[in-house]
Amino acid sequence: MGNAQKTLPIADKGYCLGVESTADDFGVGIVKFDGEILTNSVDSYIPVEGGIHPREAARHHAEVADSVLCEALTEAKLKPKDITCIAFSMGPGLGPCLRTGATVARALATYLQIPLVGVNHSIAHIEIGKLKTGAVDPVTLYASGGNTMVTAFESKRYRVFGETLDIALGNCLDVFARHAGLKNKRGLPLGAAVEQLALKGKNFISLPYVVKGMDLSLSGLLTAAMAQLQKGSYSLEDVCYSLQEHAFSMVAEITERALAHTEKREILLTGGVAANKRLQSMLEAIAQEHEAVFNVVPQRFATDNGAMIAWAGALAYMQGIVTPVEESYVKLRWRVDRVDVPWMN
Amino acid sequence: MDELKQQQPILLKKGAEASLYVSNWHGRKALVKIRMPKKYRPESLDKQIRSYRTIHEGQLLHQAKGAGVATPLIFMIDVPEATIIMEYIEGVQVKQQLNMVQKEGRREICLNLGGLIGKLHKENLIHGDLTTSNMIIDNQGKIFLLDFGLGEKNVALEAKGVDLHLLKRALQSTHFSFWETCFKDVLTGYRLVAGGELTEKVYEKISEIEKRGRYIEERRQ
Repeated sequence: MGNAQKTLPIADKGYCLGVESTADDFGVGIVKFDGEILTNSVDSYIPVEGGIHPREAARHHAEVADSVLCEALTEAKLKPKDITCIAFSMGPGLGPCLRTGATVARALATYLQIPLVGVNHSIAHIEIGKLKTGAVDPVTLYASGGNTMVTAFESKRYRVFGETLDIALGNCLDVFARHAGLKNKRGLPLGAAVEQLALKGKNFISLPYVVKGMDLSLSGLLTAAMAQLQKGSYSLEDVCYSLQEHAFSMVAEITERALAHTEKREILLTGGVAANKRLQSMLEAIAQEHEAVFNVVPQRFATDNGAMIAWAGALAYMQGIVTPVEESYVKLRWRVDRVDVPWMN
Repeated sequence: MDELKQQQPILLKKGAEASLYVSNWHGRKALVKIRMPKKYRPESLDKQIRSYRTIHEGQLLHQAKGAGVATPLIFMIDVPEATIIMEYIEGVQVKQQLNMVQKEGRREICLNLGGLIGKLHKENLIHGDLTTSNMIIDNQGKIFLLDFGLGEKNVALEAKGVDLHLLKRALQSTHFSFWETCFKDVLTGYRLVAGGELTEKVYEKISEIEKRGRYIEERRQ
């Protein structure tokens, strides 16, 4: 999947170990080449306050790397020598975090003398989603803390049909939540806290709704929602509710546009925000309207995880794609539409 | 009236934004565009979006004519029902036409198209959803612009930049094998109408807008 690809004979049996470290999660997953997921271990960095500090997150990843790796191998009942190839997220993501994961992956591959496969993080989200839900050729809404995009496969690649022009959906909800004084807790991410409060909202406040063609902009909505809170005429619950309704209606609209435009028959929802029930219900309604099938990725495979990297790595490896160690530098802004996906043809 | 009753509207296309029906308006072939309610979003937001876009579309279809851009003739607008009845344009989508013709043909279409967008922008009219499926080319090669629902009148350079950026994105995702030449030709056509100064400024703005996006290789903090 790298710039320089070396072609190997096509393999169909083996195990791929994947390392994920694009942002706050450090994960290791192992999959069998036939798609069976043997393990999916993860340890998340939780900031004391504020958002993800890249350096601190990277420090966390370095500290937990060996224990997560051991846990994954033990759970899979495999020895390191049983692994066929090592996959890692090569981008996009936060530089220090990516480099930590890449270092772990390179060390493993070099030590075990097995091939390394650099994986595009967004492709991994789509592929694990298809594997877990059975979707074949969906319009995918990938919404997380760092990404908001609508993609679909067209001629060799996952093309981006719509995306955010500024901040990501998860980022929008997180920043609002922190502004409102909510705290990030283990087991209850900020987005989930907003979702719970939104359920109690009664008044619908009109906020900016910005859809530009197939793209959307969320920064104005975030500013307006924070200003509403400051003004104090409505309760936090009302603002959470209105913020969610506006933001989700916008992503739902661009997903619907992509669905109508591509005439595909499936919708796939993935990324950290996929856990939100309200967003799920909106997309489900759209799928019904267009006689399409709605799929949502189970939560532990929708948030960042090692299994998805392992699976995308296995798919690439089975096509003979590997990344030489000396060319395995991370790509912070590696767009999904820059990568060929030969296994889809 | 009897004539109208006999002529049952035929569903032409159920898009994401609206449903299109072919019907008859006092003896003329007409296109009925209905923005259907979207059950997934709150009713008040839904109403607001549908009526706002219906009004804007009507205004801009009209103003575009003043700028010298061909658009369908409006027969009737019904805001509460979010419905516009307009002239039916016989032709094919530019999206299809680009794939049917050779290099020279594509160049002509794109130059032409750039000129039309230039005419709109000179009058500060923003289309808001420039994709090749929102344009129809008739058998004389004349291009009609449709679907102004996301449009606005805006003097800001930003709006013009976003408008062209959206077209670029649409070309990239729909016409990936020859989008670069197409977009270059669009800009050439645009320059001929809007002049070098505005074109340069808008072009700079497009790169600025792109760098704001996430995971863009050209972006540097």
